[in-house]
Amino acid sequence: MARLLNNPFLLVIGLALVVAVLPLFLPSTFYVRVVALVFINALAVLGLNLLMGFAGQVSLGHAGFFGIGAYAVAVGPTHLGLPTWLALICGTALAALLALIVGRPILKLRGYYLAVATLGMGVLIAMVISNEAQITGGPNGMPVPRLVLFGWRAVGPQVWYWISGITLVIGVWIAINLIESPTGRAFRAIHDSETAARVLGVNVAHYKLTAFVLSAVYASVAGSYFVLFDGFVTPDTASFLRSIEFVVMAVLGGLGSIFGSIVGAAILVLLPQFLTVFHDYEHIVLGAIIIVFLIFLPAGIVPAASSLLGRRAA
Amino acid sequence: MSILVVEDLAITFGGLIAVDGVNFLVEKNEIFAVIGPNGAGKTTLFNMVSGLYSPQRGRILLAGEDVTNLAPHELARRGLSRTFQNLQIFFRMTAIENVMVGRHLHEKRNVLSHLFTLPSVHRQNRETRGKAAELLALVGLTDVAERPAGALPYGALKRLEIARALATEPKVLLLDEPAAGCNPVETKEIDTVIKAIAAHGVTVVLVEHDMRLVMRISSRIHVLDRGRTLAEGKARDIRSNPAVIAAYLGGTGAQEAARAQS
Amino acid sequence: MAEFLQFAFSGVTVGAIYALVALGFTLIFNSSEVVNFAQGEFVMLGGMATVFAASAGVPLPLAALLAIVLTIAVGLLLHRLAIEPARGATPVTLIIITIGASILLRGLAAIFFDKNYHSLPPFISGEPIIVAGAALLPQSLVVLMGVALVVVLLWAFLAHTMTGKAMVAIAANRLAARLVGINTSAVVGLSFMISAAIGAFGGILAAPITLTNYDVGTMLALKGFAAAMLGGMGSPLGAVAGGLLLGLLEAFAAGYISSQYKDAVAFIVILLVLFSMPQGLFGRSKVERV
Repeated sequence: MARLLNNPFLLVIGLALVVAVLPLFLPSTFYVRVVALVFINALAVLGLNLLMGFAGQVSLGHAGFFGIGAYAVAVGPTHLGLPTWLALICGTALAALLALIVGRPILKLRGYYLAVATLGMGVLIAMVISNEAQITGGPNGMPVPRLVLFGWRAVGPQVWYWISGITLVIGVWIAINLIESPTGRAFRAIHDSETAARVLGVNVAHYKLTAFVLSAVYASVAGSYFVLFDGFVTPDTASFLRSIEFVVMAVLGGLGSIFGSIVGAAILVLLPQFLTVFHDYEHIVLGAIIIVFLIFLPAGIVPAASSLLGRRAA
Repeated sequence: MSILVVEDLAITFGGLIAVDGVNFLVEKNEIFAVIGPNGAGKTTLFNMVSGLYSPQRGRILLAGEDVTNLAPHELARRGLSRTFQNLQIFFRMTAIENVMVGRHLHEKRNVLSHLFTLPSVHRQNRETRGKAAELLALVGLTDVAERPAGALPYGALKRLEIARALATEPKVLLLDEPAAGCNPVETKEIDTVIKAIAAHGVTVVLVEHDMRLVMRISSRIHVLDRGRTLAEGKARDIRSNPAVIAAYLGGTGAQEAARAQS
Repeated sequence: MAEFLQFAFSGVTVGAIYALVALGFTLIFNSSEVVNFAQGEFVMLGGMATVFAASAGVPLPLAALLAIVLTIAVGLLLHRLAIEPARGATPVTLIIITIGASILLRGLAAIFFDKNYHSLPPFISGEPIIVAGAALLPQSLVVLMGVALVVVLLWAFLAHTMTGKAMVAIAANRLAARLVGINTSAVVGLSFMISAAIGAFGGILAAPITLTNYDVGTMLALKGFAAAMLGGMGSPLGAVAGGLLLGLLEAFAAGYISSQYKDAVAFIVILLVLFSMPQGLFGRSKVERV
């Protein structure tokens, strides 16, 4: 079992199987909807994991890119008359461009300086979204026209389950390819020793930026899916709280573990769904989870589980 | 033309003059040692030559080209590589992966092709892995290739760093205290590795405290004391140089050196 | 001119609160290298607890005292339950833990207090003082004097008492401090308690002017952090200077440029400081040895 969790390509196939077969076991469309949300969040977290878990950087403002993707598919069709699929691509390009421009100076920073700079970036994006009410509908948000492809409207939990599930499988496949490549090795080298990486010919600044831009792309696509599914967008898609949630999902599942990103997303998405009675206590539970897990299981659930299983097999 | 020229290098750290106008030439295929008491500025010198520090004065020439102030990855591209006194191993990666990172400059680095499972990327991964395996064999680490580096003993890690540095196919290899913390058996292994490297046509510049190792393998020795050059010459000349003996080797040191040569 | 002064007065008043938050950050950062994002919640607790105690019939001065004591207890618990157990974690992990703590405290506040905005009666009531055409609230003077008092007391503590000097020692070199017998854990715990008290005090002083609410902590923490970075992380003088400067920048930006983006000033400041002079106005730049 431990080896299954660690062999990358088996993971893609396993995930594809799970996505294909899971709907047969879900009792109602409520569950289908929840799982679709897990897939969408996992996509964003996967990108963040590439940046934090593999390349060893930190971003406390990643919801900013999520929000850009979200508002692109709202503003594009509504104000610019773009077809939704084009607006999604433009949103992703915009997020990538922003990451490219902002990333260069920001990634020169390290540790908590980098954390706070990314936090500032995320909050500024959220503020702009919230303030430019003419374009974005302001704090109350705006409706998102549904995705229409060749005359077919993409509406409903089942449809979005498949769209997000397939995209997640593709996203995982790309991530795994990346990790087993010179770029992936460069990321991991930078994480372990920037100095040694430099001296071996790795252009550290270039690869940090690459990781940042890639993670922005993942987040933006996830953001677009999120609001296209929902039909409505509000500024809290880009909020500081959402950025923190993404980070917690990544850390909870296990930084540096692809499977971990999915597990972390699942936990934080499923928990409030099944704690609806305790809606008021959501913050308390979230805060407590963060504290407890980061103190006792800082490596994350999947790495802890896999070493436990590995030890038992020995 | 000397393959490495260091001209009047100097650097100060907040009032402390760490290196004060050091000059030397290193010829191709030499094993050139830099020795000196603790605090003499040897690692600082290395850090300047490998681009980690910016010298405040002076020049560095690599194969005739002025490379002063170039970034470390630029120097790597021009054939300079190094190991670290305090081990900068990629602990979370396996031994062979560590060496594979060293092949980075010789790999195709198009990110787009890395995102998709193109056959060319697979082929390149296999080549890189093969090359890395060869280097691991050179330093005697073949049976720990797939172990995480964090699980390896100290002596093995020292050799791993050398294999990794060699993966860049350098012209000049800077070894920063390769035998530090090693027992006599491990030191003998390092000794063999360094001689093999030099035999393969790589110029080696060595910082080291272990006098037996230095006297045994160096072509020429450069002595630093408090940031300045004290002496330079062949092993037997340095061994019998009174200023060096006084400042550094001392009574027991000179005896050890004499024993090493016999 | 009157307009300029008006902005300056309100800027300095708010800036004084930022200064208190920044001082709290600095104190904890100096003794433990932890960036405590729950700092803003200390301010929130000071104000909200006072309001609720007072509305339960407790006389105002006693309510304020109770609020400060409560916040000190929270600060101590935060250190013992969340920070101490995580010693040895990376700086970023610690930041996220304190963010988790602030989320937790906010959630608790929403339940135990409520989600409405509340105010406190000003300590000195009366008409605003007119200075060259601009109105200065008496409470503003109270805030400024309160901050000055805190700064003086803190300086006296750090420079002239054994415990205070121990705190400075830990900031300089934690291992060395332990080797000379300083109980670093206790001293760090104390720094949390003092920061909590400072924050709560600020919350009580500010509530008559800026109102208080379960949610004010996050923004205050971020702005206080911006102020601390501007002044130079780790410098108490810098924290105060940074706080006042940030308050003024915010007020002038809101007045002359755009009131919508008032809150953005702090974040733009953070980014500019980090890009151009990470050590801030009064901080020392770090030398990294390989």
